Amino acid sequence: MRRVWRWIDDRTGLITTIRRIAHHPVPPRTGWRYVLGSATLIAFLIQVGTGIALATVYVPSTTNAYDSIDFITHGAALGHVLRGMHYFGASAMMILIGLHLLRVFLTASYKFPREVNWLTGVGLLGLVVVMAFTGQLLRWDQNAVWSAVVAAEQAGRVPWIGTALAHFILAGDRLGGATLSRFFAFHVFFVPAIIFLFIGIHVYLVLHHGISEPPEVQPRIDPATYRKEYRALLAARGRPFWPDVVWRDAIMALVVVIVVLALAQWIGPPEVGKPPNPSIINASPRPDWYFLWYFAVLALLPKHVEQPYFIVLAPLIALMVLIALPFVFPSGERRLTRRPWAVLVAAGVLFVVGYFWWLGERAPWSPVFDVQPLVLHGVAPADTLQLTGARLFHDTGCEFCHTVAGQGGHHGPDLSRVGARLDSAQIASRILGGGPDMPAFVGKLSPADVQALVAFLRRDHSRRIDPSP
Amino acid sequence: MAWPIVGFLFEPLVRRAQGTWRTVGRTAQFPPGSTRQVAFLDPTPLPWAGQTAATASWLRHEAGGDFIAFSVNCTHLGCPVRWEQGPQLFMCPCHGGVFYADGSPASGPPLRALARYPVRVVGGTVQIWTGPLPIA
Repeated sequence: MRRVWRWIDDRTGLITTIRRIAHHPVPPRTGWRYVLGSATLIAFLIQVGTGIALATVYVPSTTNAYDSIDFITHGAALGHVLRGMHYFGASAMMILIGLHLLRVFLTASYKFPREVNWLTGVGLLGLVVVMAFTGQLLRWDQNAVWSAVVAAEQAGRVPWIGTALAHFILAGDRLGGATLSRFFAFHVFFVPAIIFLFIGIHVYLVLHHGISEPPEVQPRIDPATYRKEYRALLAARGRPFWPDVVWRDAIMALVVVIVVLALAQWIGPPEVGKPPNPSIINASPRPDWYFLWYFAVLALLPKHVEQPYFIVLAPLIALMVLIALPFVFPSGERRLTRRPWAVLVAAGVLFVVGYFWWLGERAPWSPVFDVQPLVLHGVAPADTLQLTGARLFHDTGCEFCHTVAGQGGHHGPDLSRVGARLDSAQIASRILGGGPDMPAFVGKLSPADVQALVAFLRRDHSRRIDPSP
Repeated sequence: MAWPIVGFLFEPLVRRAQGTWRTVGRTAQFPPGSTRQVAFLDPTPLPWAGQTAATASWLRHEAGGDFIAFSVNCTHLGCPVRWEQGPQLFMCPCHGGVFYADGSPASGPPLRALARYPVRVVGGTVQIWTGPLPIA
């Protein structure tokens, strides 16, 4: 056996190379902060494994994809768990690559000489986002179909080449049989191939430059002396990756696998939606959770900045900032106590994304189409005119966007006590003339209708009234 | 070697837009003043397209007798707008875009009116010219 082993090493050099990699020295005090990169890799490997298994049954055809996903989820042995693992594996990848980027940013590990490590990491982040989006579309249910349309519309905002880009995404000038095949090819072949390439470069660079030492160990970067200092540090205090450091990565890998498996088993994959028929337009497309914050941003942007460039320019600027970072700050201080701006930027980004994510989850700007008529839900109008007004409030769609007595939409202001701040003429004027973010109802409502609506709204609805027995 | 690969991938960019008239019903099915959803097939669906080849339009029969076919895609980001008979408005569930009955923007993010498809009446039937997805 030993002879075979030696022969393989002699002819390939693989075992010596692996041994050298396994024993490469790691700076001291790296700790648990430094396991996020390998954990992201484990999540990616989960995706590769579960993705290959899913691809043995999934049919990337617009006629059969929906049924094949349904079969995987409800008919195939272990299909439910497998899809769940792929879904939660994707979520794990998004979270872990985000945390890894945050750690690298906060410890300023992007500085000299690791600029290209950072750039390949940023590239990987972008590729993971593309994988997440294309993966959502492969469900090929109603949500996926409309998400493909939204993607094409966003691409259409790119100046000069927008329409061409949209047609490239859709594989034509509309949704069709070729659209899904294109997303499948990107999700399964093209993007993963680039991810493998980038991971290879990223890992090679980590070994080439060595794992960055924590800021406590090396507080400042001076490109003129850094390499010499780093070599001296490893010689004096470095520890072999195997076995001194690897155990943390192994435990973290185990945790990632167990959590993904547990969530897949107990929660399961997202249920497949309605069929992918674009003529069924009673749909409310929503992205997966990791894109909800951007979904909210698109809803809440002021009109004058929304059109036509923000959708294209904002992500582009964010990308340019990430790319420029190691070149703008290639040296200097690394300790967080001396880089308060870095903490502020990181906290600000987390807060903004978190806030918009919370808004995206609630989507208060969306009309509530299935809201129940108020008269059936406890608002007890005092007279016939108010009763008519309450009915009109529902039938003319006011209730889709406005709340009264705790019921209705949240797009517009709560009108439970509008009578306390506006008089009858002002309310009537607002109904008929509309506003900056409200349609005008002039010509749609008769004077009697307006009178009834005003009478209903002038009443104080701040206290919920139980329905009569 | 690259030419066939690149050409094959980017062929949709240079493909000429194709269209055809699709009959969506008899005129009597659309009373004057009504706005109805109609469904029809793409002009040249691929053999394996299945139900994805279907598309829809909001067909409005004006009181004056004219027909207008609106795209169902919101001009903000393409989500499907719904016609709400009560308020006589098209409303988008995604980001709250609202359009008047003539397709002009009423509130929310959209700045442009709903796109329209050509419509004609032939022998008592209403026909819509199927067009590409309206891209901004």
